[in-house]
Amino acid sequence: MKKSSFLYFIVIFVYLYLPIIVLIINSFNLNRYGLKWDGFTFQWFVAMVRNHGLMEAAGNSLLVAVASASLATFLGSFGAVGMYLYRFRGRQVLQGTLLTMLMVPDIILAIAFLVLFILLGVTLGFWSLLLAHVTFCLPFSVITVLARLQGFDPFLLDAARDLGASEGQVLHRVVFPLLRPALLASWLLSFTLSLDDVIVSSFVTGPSFDVLPLKIFSMVKVGVKPEVNALATLMIGMSVLFVIISQLLLKEKK
Amino acid sequence: MTTSRVRLFSITLVSAWIIVFGGAPLLLVLITSFLGQHPQEFYELSFSLKSYVQLIDPIYLDVMLRSVRLAALTTFFSLLAGYPFAWLTFRLPRRYRLMALILLMIPFWTNSLIRTYAVRMILGTQGVTNKLLLAAGIIDSPVRFMYTDSAVILGLIYLMLPFMILPLYVNMEKFDYRLVEASRDLGAGPLQTFRSVVIPLTLPGVIAGCIMVFVPTMGLFYVATLLGGGRKLLVGNLIQHHFLVSHNWPLGSAMSVVLIFMMISMLGLYWLVMRRFSARRSAL
Repeated sequence: MKKSSFLYFIVIFVYLYLPIIVLIINSFNLNRYGLKWDGFTFQWFVAMVRNHGLMEAAGNSLLVAVASASLATFLGSFGAVGMYLYRFRGRQVLQGTLLTMLMVPDIILAIAFLVLFILLGVTLGFWSLLLAHVTFCLPFSVITVLARLQGFDPFLLDAARDLGASEGQVLHRVVFPLLRPALLASWLLSFTLSLDDVIVSSFVTGPSFDVLPLKIFSMVKVGVKPEVNALATLMIGMSVLFVIISQLLLKEKK
Repeated sequence: MTTSRVRLFSITLVSAWIIVFGGAPLLLVLITSFLGQHPQEFYELSFSLKSYVQLIDPIYLDVMLRSVRLAALTTFFSLLAGYPFAWLTFRLPRRYRLMALILLMIPFWTNSLIRTYAVRMILGTQGVTNKLLLAAGIIDSPVRFMYTDSAVILGLIYLMLPFMILPLYVNMEKFDYRLVEASRDLGAGPLQTFRSVVIPLTLPGVIAGCIMVFVPTMGLFYVATLLGGGRKLLVGNLIQHHFLVSHNWPLGSAMSVVLIFMMISMLGLYWLVMRRFSARRSAL
């Protein structure tokens, strides 16, 4: 690699990682405002655990993320299998709608959900969050699974059918076992998207159900909060783990 | 299960979900934007173009234009930084390529609110950025970055850069590098090769990246709030205000419709370029 291109990578990665690294360092920094290094401490992690509001919001967010990732992966994988196996009227429209939803800005989905829920009389809280999160995760799930399906050997399905498997058995014995890595990748992506969401959540949750991004948002609006640094460090660690797992899953494909 | 039941189950479920929770609510937003405004209620059940007329009001038009400007600058700088990154990654040996992509994906998978907060942490007058610049002797006294448009743009690029690089890279992966060699063999200089071979062939990736960055950027109200202070800088802030604070749904919806319209125009542009692209391909 040329020196100049190496330098370019360094500049971009410093830009991408400097804020994250400073945040991680400050989560262990005795100095509350992170202005200078005052020594190593775990006290912000203790403060984080003791902060009831923050922990409750974290619990709620995890619940929504696990539920919506599971439901989105379930729906998305069946949808992808259906779109892959069968030709039906409206297939192009369905695919087009899913791709469009992938690109619609969050703020527009957010108000669209709000209008729908108010009109249907859905109380804003866990259920409204779940429905909204499943919906914005769904296109990602379908695409992840569909990409894996398109890498399949189509003769495997024909072979199973020739050997007398019913359609249910084909799915159960052939398609889903082969899809396992894609299902996990889809679940991890949906989980991350759900936990990451600020915009949709701030529109469709109610005062009785606080979620993490909103809690963090209201805490840091005014200044630095060391408990948030501690929590952020944990969440960054989780993202690193997830990226590595999903990359390993993708690698297995080849 | 028989074929027809598997088929019915898999397709109906997703289609129904998308219609009820995807299509229907978007249609409702479009309808709401044409409803009358009511001082106490969210809307008034009557047809009215008032919200669209109000958009031309300088109060809102200023924010819209400023928002477009911020998003355009964000898109431009993301492209400027992202294009070489994607190209250099594409040119890396296979092993390092995966490493560069993983390093790019980690911030992408990290909570965006936390990353915005992290940006704010290093931009303060006593933050790391100022300390580095002071130490390097580039500035004599700390500079105030926070609550300026530059801080907002810097934060927006920070969040959106992977969305620019990934479509660019996916497009470049299909690029046949021998074309560059052919062009050079035929006597074109590096600049001419870049201009007449590389740019035209990677144009779909450029447009796809710009689509992924430009319109969503205008919705990221929390970046404007955290880095730009209380000012309403982005359309997202206005929409949020009209839905959650002043409860003027028709006006908020009209603004969203404008955003959707921008997105559709960009998709149309993409479609046009792709069509010309494939026409030229088949002519070869």
